[in-house]
Amino acid sequence: MAIDNIFGIAGSALNAQMARMNATASNLANASTVAGNEQEAFRAKRTVFKAVLEEQKPVPRDQTYQGGVRIDALIDDPAPIKRMSDPGNPLADKDGYVYMSNVNEMTEMVEMMAASRSYQNNVEVINTTRQLMMRTIDITRS
Amino acid sequence: MNFIDKALDIHARALDVRSRRMEVLARNIANADTPHFKARDVDFRSVLSNARHEPMVATRKGHVDSAVQDNSDGMRYRIPFNVAFDGNTVELNIEQAQYGKAAADYQATLQFLEQRVSSIRRALKGD
Repeated sequence: MAIDNIFGIAGSALNAQMARMNATASNLANASTVAGNEQEAFRAKRTVFKAVLEEQKPVPRDQTYQGGVRIDALIDDPAPIKRMSDPGNPLADKDGYVYMSNVNEMTEMVEMMAASRSYQNNVEVINTTRQLMMRTIDITRS
Repeated sequence: MNFIDKALDIHARALDVRSRRMEVLARNIANADTPHFKARDVDFRSVLSNARHEPMVATRKGHVDSAVQDNSDGMRYRIPFNVAFDGNTVELNIEQAQYGKAAADYQATLQFLEQRVSSIRRALKGD
């Protein structure tokens, strides 16, 4: 039945948006961390979404999930790492530089708002569907 | 076809199509941030006309199969106003509006069904 697939689809989207929000929270929390060299510096994490299509079938028996969305990959933001002179920092390298994270607070805030808006949309879909389902059941009662 | 099927008629099948359309729209909304996802929709008219008319079938040796057959089950790709940079064609405002309309359509069909069911019930009771 089509109408209870909607719960699976919207649920998968809630899950994906929540993971995106988690990544954003982690990025913001690490915005001001520094490291002693460029490789160890914190890089902002980005989630990449992918549609769950018929031909892929991630979980064979879970049909209600078809057409939803899942996290395909977690990638590092390619923005360059900034170098800052801070000789007093115990993490500083031999030239007195520390390496900042490449997190841009503005981008993260926008990302967070976009994720929360998408989350709300899917909650709305679930609410509407639930109401219609209850009304359909009520046919037998009238 | 028994009498209950006959009484519920097209509305029972319409309810099925309506709920399928809601599922397709829910997919679009769920994949609003998925790169390269293409929004789809159900063409209600073509589905319903397929449901009403039995497709022509070749029942004897000399018969020729009908050339025109719509096997797409009414699914169409939506033509977007603007395409996002990541190739996604879901426009959230449009999907939301369509979802609201689909929900209203579903309720309308449900209303028709409710009327049919209550009249059958009245006929059975005989009061």
